[in-house]
Amino acid sequence: MRLTLRVWRQKNAAAEGAMSTYEVDGISPDMSFLEMLDTLNEELILKGEDPVAFDHDCREGICGACSLVINGDAHGPERTTTCQLHMRSFRDGDTIDIEPWRASAFPVVKDLVVDRSAFDRIIQAGGYITAPTGAAPEAHATPVPKADADFAFEHAECIGCGACVAACPNGAAMLFTSAKVNHLNVLPQGAPERETRVLDMVGQMDAEGFGGCTLTGECATACPKGIPLMSITSMNKEWLRAARKAGKR
Amino acid sequence: MTSYADYTTGAPVVDAKAPEGPINERWDKRRFEAKLVNPANRRKHTVIVVGTGLAGGSAGATLAEQGYHVVQFCYQDSPRRAHSIAAQGGINAAKNYRNDGDSVHRLFYDTVKGGDFRARESNVHRLAQISVEIIDQCVAQGVPFAREYGGLLDTRSFGGVQVSRTFYARGQTGQQLLLGAYQALSRQVAAGNIELHPRTEMLDVIVVDGRARGIVARDLITGRIDTYYADAVVLASGGYGNVFYLSTNAMNSNATAVWRAHRRGAYFANPCFTQIHPTCIPRTGDHQSKLTLMSESLRNDGRIWVPRAKGDDRPPNRIPEDERDYYLERIYPSFGNLVPRDIASRAAKNVCDEGRGVGPGGQGVYLDFADAIQRMGREAVEAKYGNLFDMYQRITDEDPYEVPMRIYPAVHYTMGGLWVDYDLQTTVPGLFAIGEANFSDHGANRLGASALMQGLADGYFVLPATINDYLARNPHKDEVGDDHPVVQEVLAETQDRLNLLLSVDGDRTPDSFHRELGELMWEFCGMARTDSGLRKALERIPQIREEFWRRIKVPGTGEEFNQSLEKANRIVDYLELAELMCLDALHRSESCGGHFREESQTPDGEAARKDEEFSYAAAWEFTGTGEAPVLHKEDLVFEYVHPTQRSYA
Amino acid sequence: MARTVWDSTVGKKAVMAVSGLIMLLYLVVHMIGNLKIFFGTEEFNHYAHWLRTVGEPFMHYEWTLWVVRVVLVVAVVAHATSAYQLSRRDIKARPTPYAHRRRRAGYATRTMRWGGVILGLFIVWHILDLTTGTVHAGGFESGKPYQNVVDTFSTWYGNTVYIVAMLALGLHIQHGFWSAAQTLGAGSRSRDRALKTVANVLALLLTAGFIAVPVGVMTGVVS
Repeated sequence: MRLTLRVWRQKNAAAEGAMSTYEVDGISPDMSFLEMLDTLNEELILKGEDPVAFDHDCREGICGACSLVINGDAHGPERTTTCQLHMRSFRDGDTIDIEPWRASAFPVVKDLVVDRSAFDRIIQAGGYITAPTGAAPEAHATPVPKADADFAFEHAECIGCGACVAACPNGAAMLFTSAKVNHLNVLPQGAPERETRVLDMVGQMDAEGFGGCTLTGECATACPKGIPLMSITSMNKEWLRAARKAGKR
Repeated sequence: MTSYADYTTGAPVVDAKAPEGPINERWDKRRFEAKLVNPANRRKHTVIVVGTGLAGGSAGATLAEQGYHVVQFCYQDSPRRAHSIAAQGGINAAKNYRNDGDSVHRLFYDTVKGGDFRARESNVHRLAQISVEIIDQCVAQGVPFAREYGGLLDTRSFGGVQVSRTFYARGQTGQQLLLGAYQALSRQVAAGNIELHPRTEMLDVIVVDGRARGIVARDLITGRIDTYYADAVVLASGGYGNVFYLSTNAMNSNATAVWRAHRRGAYFANPCFTQIHPTCIPRTGDHQSKLTLMSESLRNDGRIWVPRAKGDDRPPNRIPEDERDYYLERIYPSFGNLVPRDIASRAAKNVCDEGRGVGPGGQGVYLDFADAIQRMGREAVEAKYGNLFDMYQRITDEDPYEVPMRIYPAVHYTMGGLWVDYDLQTTVPGLFAIGEANFSDHGANRLGASALMQGLADGYFVLPATINDYLARNPHKDEVGDDHPVVQEVLAETQDRLNLLLSVDGDRTPDSFHRELGELMWEFCGMARTDSGLRKALERIPQIREEFWRRIKVPGTGEEFNQSLEKANRIVDYLELAELMCLDALHRSESCGGHFREESQTPDGEAARKDEEFSYAAAWEFTGTGEAPVLHKEDLVFEYVHPTQRSYA
Repeated sequence: MARTVWDSTVGKKAVMAVSGLIMLLYLVVHMIGNLKIFFGTEEFNHYAHWLRTVGEPFMHYEWTLWVVRVVLVVAVVAHATSAYQLSRRDIKARPTPYAHRRRRAGYATRTMRWGGVILGLFIVWHILDLTTGTVHAGGFESGKPYQNVVDTFSTWYGNTVYIVAMLALGLHIQHGFWSAAQTLGAGSRSRDRALKTVANVLALLLTAGFIAVPVGVMTGVVS
């Protein structure tokens, strides 16, 4: 396959960026999207040009590092991570636009690499259960109904890639935040910190400069792990409940 | 001139920390004997932790909870992305919730035997004991393990074991356990007890007066090289499978931290023990950047075969039954497709070497579900393996319900690593290694679902108990600063290496060298190794190294985000580590676990151990790049599990 | 608690949801009342007068109406202020657009902001037209709402403004009602279909109900 790539190039956080055009040839439909970029980079290095920087690591769809907006879609046209997208989803002769995640809370580091540490700070604000090592009761002391365990798991699947933010026209991090809130708040182990968790995490989310939710549903459509839009609804409920309880105290 | 292969044998290395006495009392005894640090004084102690995977994440969180000041590093943009996240299957624990006869002793026994009797009994027993606490800890953190309708934890059985002791969270157990540790870590970051440095890669360790006192690390965004000082340094930087270029490891997993530690005096043990997983998706061409694992559970119902005739390139469905060779069922009639990992891997290699491999490049065998679909019905197969089939289809664009899957073995895990004593301390005082970075618990072969167990045992429970002893016995010495001559020297070396990489301006990319090295290692130090092959590799590696320093091309500068520079710098270390792996494989002229020497096999082609000669862990001491290293043997004593030869025919 | 709610994006969204639902409830009543125009001058004017005497003798003349008006003004202000503040925040959170633009969410979702602005302007016009009579076409006579309505819808621009606004209202409600349910945590997977149906039906009924009046005037059914 022969492709024209239009790639966002930006030297560093402070520099101006622009789309640059590259031609790649001899691309196999079996290549993953990132392997296609590897091919481009090998050529660029040999030509003495700066290769395109992009985040990637496990390349099996679980670490959440890869983060490209391909033709306007976070992670491209298939519902998966960029690393699991293959070139057979494109046609010979296609022009492909490749851009970084866009959100003011995710500043560009270089080219297609962005800084997602805001997500870490949201987790630090309350995305945990306080259970110091050694203090744990016997695992079977508290049974968890299977439905709750499954609900928790479904939300715990989030890989923190940030596609939800990239896809959201408001740059909101509601789906990310709600996934963790729901995972922990449904479990009996998470109950003691249920209210503070949701209030603090949402507070941090706002402080990071993410936008608000207008329920466009773009986040859930882009999510490679299928975290449902209803996750946000559940978090709203948790938040209102917590705000009510906090008001009573 | 002496060649690299002319290693010398030095004094045996002895684990001075493992207590004597009945094996089930040793861990208690050690914990009691270990000195403690007064809680009020812990704040004054700084511990550096490199890596945020299961081992590093859990260790950092726990040490911070105990009151130490932790400074933690990861090369990823977030600690949550460490490669532990990719583990699929599950985590073993001797809970005996099934009442199926499991016990700490049985887990201990299975692990020592599974490791082909090349692991230390004391360590493995401790691991089995702690396994029980790990599950409690993770459940308390909110890890969403699979549960039954009654609300209790579900378990499943895993390869090579007759009890059901594997706890799991669908196919994402590693992810869930890692996020548990990451969240505990995050809590400590918020509390100000952990100073976290993401996108920062350790490039060297600072050893002053024989003790580890800090590290040199590079900020991957700005390129700034900084020093960080501490009272102890913990390496939790994972395995070195990426020496092979193609592996199931993450692209950026690397051996730099452990190799730099080795160069500074830490012995490297059993480097040749690598695990090759039989069921991975084969490579599709030269562009391949990494390999993806498919759960081993597929072998329960799939039948593995290749065409009888060489070069038979008919589509699989057109090859009649009597022209197919179900080679595992033929060679191992009693175990069939369920032989252990190493045997299945080797058999696949053999048929492909004969020219009977299938798919692009002939590097693959069929894993056929046609019989299973006929027997169980498509729906049952879908219920059992649906997600795996989907994953396979996404990657290969082939429908495994219609066409047999193609699989091939791939490098997956490294049992070898930095030599550590019972306290998980390396031969450099104050330098500890945990998780896959050390060599301790799996011997020559790791059992499925044991990596997660070991990483968390080390990080949550073992290291936080043993590091106290070191810190208590080694009170603050003189402060070390950037003006210290040793630090100056380490900094200069680091800077020089990077400068050199940038200045060569040759005509080959870092990846091209990595790929070349990987192919060489796969060929000669992969699934089957021979004396002559290993010698050939030992001859080639220095040549590649020489060419590397002559022809490498790294664009850009060191003072910026430069992924090519990161890569090239890691390859420098692979080019040395690979040599040690080959030498270790050459010297160990027996077959055991993941290490198969063609010269050492039974008449039916099975691995033959040589216990009289090789019942030891090989700990290598670095003497210089390309210089023959010194071998220190740690004799392994088996008091509780007596070595037997495995047979699966 | 008020501070907590107002300072948070989630809380502010809840304010929008509640104020929106209050306005929606009012609109349903308003729309039903409007339809009385089809029963003739007397009944319609009588209804309009009754609105001023609701609650008597406990309430003084027009008190109830003023209570309703105050509640509505508070709702409109709360709705608009939070919408404005949230929108500013949203725009700031995504300063750089993608070079490769794609049409995304549904029409109703995408038009919430401008639809809201249109509705706000409409309300101003609507009050000046039929409550105060300031911009009324023809002679405005308070106490004769039937005639006033007929006047308004006898002009082309009266009809155009009104019908366009009512279409915008339908779209706004279609997304707004469902969205409010999610914001207040009332949505769930099993209830989602029902909520969407209710949103669609409400949007359709209100739009149709309101538009029926100008259509009635235009076709001469109401004169």
